[in-house]
Amino acid sequence: MNDSTNKTLITMEGVTKFFGPFQALKNINLKVRKGEKIVVCGPSGSGKSTLIRCINRLEKHNEGQILIDGKELTDQVKDINAVRREVGMVFQSFNLFPHMTILKNLMLAQQLVRKISKTEAKDTAIKYLERVKIPEQAEKYPIQLSGGQQQRVAIARALCMKPKIMLFDEPTSALDPEMINEVLEVMVDLAKEGMTMICVTHEMGFARSVADRVIFMDMGEIIEEAPPKEFFNNPQNTRTRNFLSQILSH
Amino acid sequence: MSFDLHLIVESLPVMMMGLGITIKLLIISGVLGLVLAIFLLLMRISGKWYLNFPAQMYIYVFRGTPILVQIFIVYYGLPQFEVVRDSVFWPILREPTGCAILALSLNTGAYVSEILRGGVLGVSKGLLEAGSALGMSAYHKFVYITAPIATRLALPAYSNDVISLLKSTALASTITIADMTGIARTIVADTYAPYEIFISLAIVYLIFTFGIQKLFGLIERYLGRYTIREQPHE
Ligand SMILES: Nc1ncnc2c1ncn2[C@@H]1O[C@H](COP(=O)(O)OP(=O)(O)OP(=O)(O)O)[C@@H](O)[C@H]1O
Ligand SMILES: [Mg+2]
Repeated sequence: MNDSTNKTLITMEGVTKFFGPFQALKNINLKVRKGEKIVVCGPSGSGKSTLIRCINRLEKHNEGQILIDGKELTDQVKDINAVRREVGMVFQSFNLFPHMTILKNLMLAQQLVRKISKTEAKDTAIKYLERVKIPEQAEKYPIQLSGGQQQRVAIARALCMKPKIMLFDEPTSALDPEMINEVLEVMVDLAKEGMTMICVTHEMGFARSVADRVIFMDMGEIIEEAPPKEFFNNPQNTRTRNFLSQILSH
Repeated sequence: MSFDLHLIVESLPVMMMGLGITIKLLIISGVLGLVLAIFLLLMRISGKWYLNFPAQMYIYVFRGTPILVQIFIVYYGLPQFEVVRDSVFWPILREPTGCAILALSLNTGAYVSEILRGGVLGVSKGLLEAGSALGMSAYHKFVYITAPIATRLALPAYSNDVISLLKSTALASTITIADMTGIARTIVADTYAPYEIFISLAIVYLIFTFGIQKLFGLIERYLGRYTIREQPHE
């Protein structure tokens, strides 16, 4: 998977982010190649969400450089929307549009942003609903679905845009335990198909089986970065060890 | 004190002749006020101080003064200015009805814009972020996400404002307009029976209000259909 001929899709160099006086990201350097799967973990408030939200500019970084597929993230609105088309994002709280049916949720951005015809958008939507195994829910409203189903719809909605990169921000942490696996299964399938993924998650089983690299963050910094085997069996940093012993103990 | 039922039966149809004017005042001011409210709202949420500030001042002035005073200023005050008399609006402002509609629209616009803004603020930030993440423009996010959800959120408060507006139309009778209240006052002046006449007038307004509430109830049910979990027909 770590084929060095694969091109770099995400480059972060010396990225910092401040919220007022508070520094949420400190000198972040990260390169992600096409097809790589990165799992990001770390304690609450360590900057995991901020990191991936900088990648599609839901947060503006203050210093350093971010390149997505060669395009630098700047203040140009046109460029940002062009980048966002290529970067799908899945949120902890699903964020489906509550006033639209599942089908409409999947069709909207295709039609508005990708300028795809209604029939084609619908075909794509149904195709991805089948891939996340809920085509029968197409005409329902989000509130009528379970949390796990809603999150699978959210993944399908992002995939409908045919993104090159998928970002996941704790996609399973708002779910009841019995629904976590149905979402993880979809993510594992996606990983097998070669999608470039950055997942903030504490599902360590997922990290072990899917990740090429696991990144540990604390206090706005990347403290440790290693393939999962090394990361779990032989963590270098004491903070990583403390964190792992905490989350693996239950 | 006796209650003259016969008088009520006789005067009700006469009062109802003012119903047309009451409805006209309500609908025209309601629509113009809503259009104004949308403009004020867009100014308020534009993020530009030179749009936000004037809108805020406007809303402050029109919510901070009695509507009756606003009606008097428009009716007695505006014609004193030559520019007004020479303007294309003079044929409208020369008529008391035109003045009442103008004052009611200006007033309700200020209130409704704040109601709409409450709806806009109630739209969850996560939904707009989801829109951004999909590459949607600010315009598309407003039209397809913010506006429909804000409309539903604002509807209950908006229906209250429409009922307020209905009651405010009665103030038009103070500038010689023969709406239901205006006619009622004339009848009272002729018959010296304020009790019977004004009570029946109040009942007519109540029935009207009931109708407005029912209508908005239906719209609320329709717009809120996606907030209900059960699907009755499956
Ligand atoms: N919009 C904001 N304004 C101010 N501070 C913020 C904002 N967003 C995040 N922060 C702060 O930045 C720090 C990092 O936040 P972030 O959400 O990235 O953490 P996280 O690692 O995702 O935590 P969690 O596991 O709780 O989701 C936190 O201390 C948080 O309080
Ligand atoms: Mg987070």
